[in-house]
Amino acid sequence: MSVTPPPEVLRAPLVVEFPFTRSLGPVQSAFLTGLRERTVLGVRAEGGRVLVPPVEYDPGTAAELRDLVEVGTTGTVTTWAWNPEPRRGQPLATPFAWVLVRLDGADTALLHALDAPGPEAVRTGLRVRVRWAGERSGAITDIACFEPYDSAADTEPATDARDHDGAFEDPVTGIVAPARLDYTYSPGRAQTRYLHALAERRTVGERCPSCAKVYVPPRGACPTCGVATTDRVEVGPRGTVTTFCIVNIKAKNLDIEVPYVYAHIALDGAGLALHGRIAGIPYDQVRMGLRVEPVWSEDGRYPDHYRPCGEPDADYDTYKELL
Amino acid sequence: MPKEPVAVVGIGQTKHVAARGDVSIAGLVREAAVRALADAELGWADIDAVVIGKAPDFFEGVMMPELYLADALGAVGKPMLRVHTAGSVGGSTALVAANLVSARVHRTVLTLAFEKQSESNAMWGLSLPVPFQQPLLAGAGGFFAPHVRAYMRRTGAPDGIGSLVAYKDRRNALKNPYAHLHEHDLTLEKVQASPMLWDPIRYSETCPSSDGACAMILTDRTGAARSPRPPAWVHGGAMRSEPTLFAGKDFVSPRAGRDCAADVYRQSGITDPRREIDAVEMYVPFSWYEPMWLENLGFAEEGEGWKLTEAGVTELDGDLPVNPSGGVLSTNPIGASGMIRFAEAALQVRGGAGEHQVDGARRALGHAYGGGAQFFSMWLVGDTPPAT
Repeated sequence: MSVTPPPEVLRAPLVVEFPFTRSLGPVQSAFLTGLRERTVLGVRAEGGRVLVPPVEYDPGTAAELRDLVEVGTTGTVTTWAWNPEPRRGQPLATPFAWVLVRLDGADTALLHALDAPGPEAVRTGLRVRVRWAGERSGAITDIACFEPYDSAADTEPATDARDHDGAFEDPVTGIVAPARLDYTYSPGRAQTRYLHALAERRTVGERCPSCAKVYVPPRGACPTCGVATTDRVEVGPRGTVTTFCIVNIKAKNLDIEVPYVYAHIALDGAGLALHGRIAGIPYDQVRMGLRVEPVWSEDGRYPDHYRPCGEPDADYDTYKELL
Repeated sequence: MPKEPVAVVGIGQTKHVAARGDVSIAGLVREAAVRALADAELGWADIDAVVIGKAPDFFEGVMMPELYLADALGAVGKPMLRVHTAGSVGGSTALVAANLVSARVHRTVLTLAFEKQSESNAMWGLSLPVPFQQPLLAGAGGFFAPHVRAYMRRTGAPDGIGSLVAYKDRRNALKNPYAHLHEHDLTLEKVQASPMLWDPIRYSETCPSSDGACAMILTDRTGAARSPRPPAWVHGGAMRSEPTLFAGKDFVSPRAGRDCAADVYRQSGITDPRREIDAVEMYVPFSWYEPMWLENLGFAEEGEGWKLTEAGVTELDGDLPVNPSGGVLSTNPIGASGMIRFAEAALQVRGGAGEHQVDGARRALGHAYGGGAQFFSMWLVGDTPPAT
């Protein structure tokens, strides 16, 4: 076999994005509703320590925690890191400091952003206060950020935590948390070879040198034998419907009228079936053993569907291992 | 040194429902764990390690949720492990926990599995749009329905078997207070008349989408001796995997499932599962999988599974009750579903299954599978300690 350089491997962006919902439970519900009302709540742990943000279960003893307290909206930076290049979705668009702030009355620190002109303006021990967002909905972003303030002018003594029943009108019970991941996807060499052949309307699998099965689509290796596939083998274009179902419910983002037939199709010469849609025949006349051929669309990367090719049905014994 | 026998001394479940909007994920798992501890009459301090399982993180979008759940499960200062084997994960999680006890790494382990499907989108999580690939054309049921048709062709099973299973499991669920679906008015005729979604699978022959958690306390002989209620003893447990797709894959009766069952029976000294096992909790997300798994697990010869179902053998009062709890067809918090099978098998041999108790059950099989029939996990539990 001659060694040829692989064709340029395909790559494409893959964005995974979904708006997840969260039920908050009693403690987080009170905390986030409180932020909407410009009130910061913590929870009293066993032994009296005040945890902000509050948690539902004691980190030390696992006891259920429900004693809510209100703490101050001023506090002290306990540690920090400068963020010179904010990214999308972060609290501030200009450079800022990530800070842990121990609010007055709390025993633990809350992570947030500090609006400061530069790292020289930030230090551990800095006194800061909450800058509330103009529009608040019951989310951690209701605190727009923290900002330094002149505690010399502050005549108020440090706040103690005060009991709070956590009750507000119209409490927030759930939030939507959008998640997004950006990948660069590459299907790899074997799939790239397969896709290039499909562009010429040829289906080319790869044969395992050990078990001689032809993989379509190829993955570069045989999952049973664990060795690289070698010879490229053109299969089809005709094949046999080995099994199928009739889809009666419309799938989202799929422009196919129901009912339609979703089938496993063993292309002639392939070691396993691939999946495709059957058309060009009433859905209730599709059967196991039906002989089919691909129908290509003008711009499609794959056959749009398969249709009967007019050959007599295949005998069950010829495809029973390919269901 | 022989292995340490493993006993189930505590079981806890949430009431499974479509949506638990009143609790966080932490609150949900906590509820099951507290009930398991109460059943065992143990406290957090009695637990040496926590083993937790769930389906893909993408379902709820909380990456590595075990980190955030450590407080709720009393895992601070203790080992905490996460297991993930798709739909079979509840079973695999219990087996990892059992192995820690049997190897004498830990004496008493809390194991738990959960899913909050109302806050996730399993269909989306399982079918991300991969560039260059043709989109899956049929949805979850469409993936499984062709295998059901293949089973019918291979065995000559008549069309109505799937409806019999669905009707049986939903009636069993009425006797299980924790089951999600309690369809009091369901009749066999209604099942048979329900819409054909992915022909040959009907709407009533598919599983629901549930929020729920299941927990168990596993312990050694010393722990079992202190148990206030009868323990269930683990007689055998095994996992097997195989690729989702390969040339020669038998989707109707995957080899990994057959081999896994054979291993469990060998460990348990079972030579005739049909006669020696009194109850089965098997993972049946679509009703036709009952006759398929009856064959795969060795309860029937190839081609004969549907005859057991048709003859009523798998009914609650039959000779080999299958899914007395109502099964996955009545309750499906995906990550927890496998552990519920294992826990319900244990409940049966402890005599603690209440209205859905199989009279005199002494040996029961818990079974789970997942990932396109890729992962299998099973255990066999009995009412007496295993022979050592």
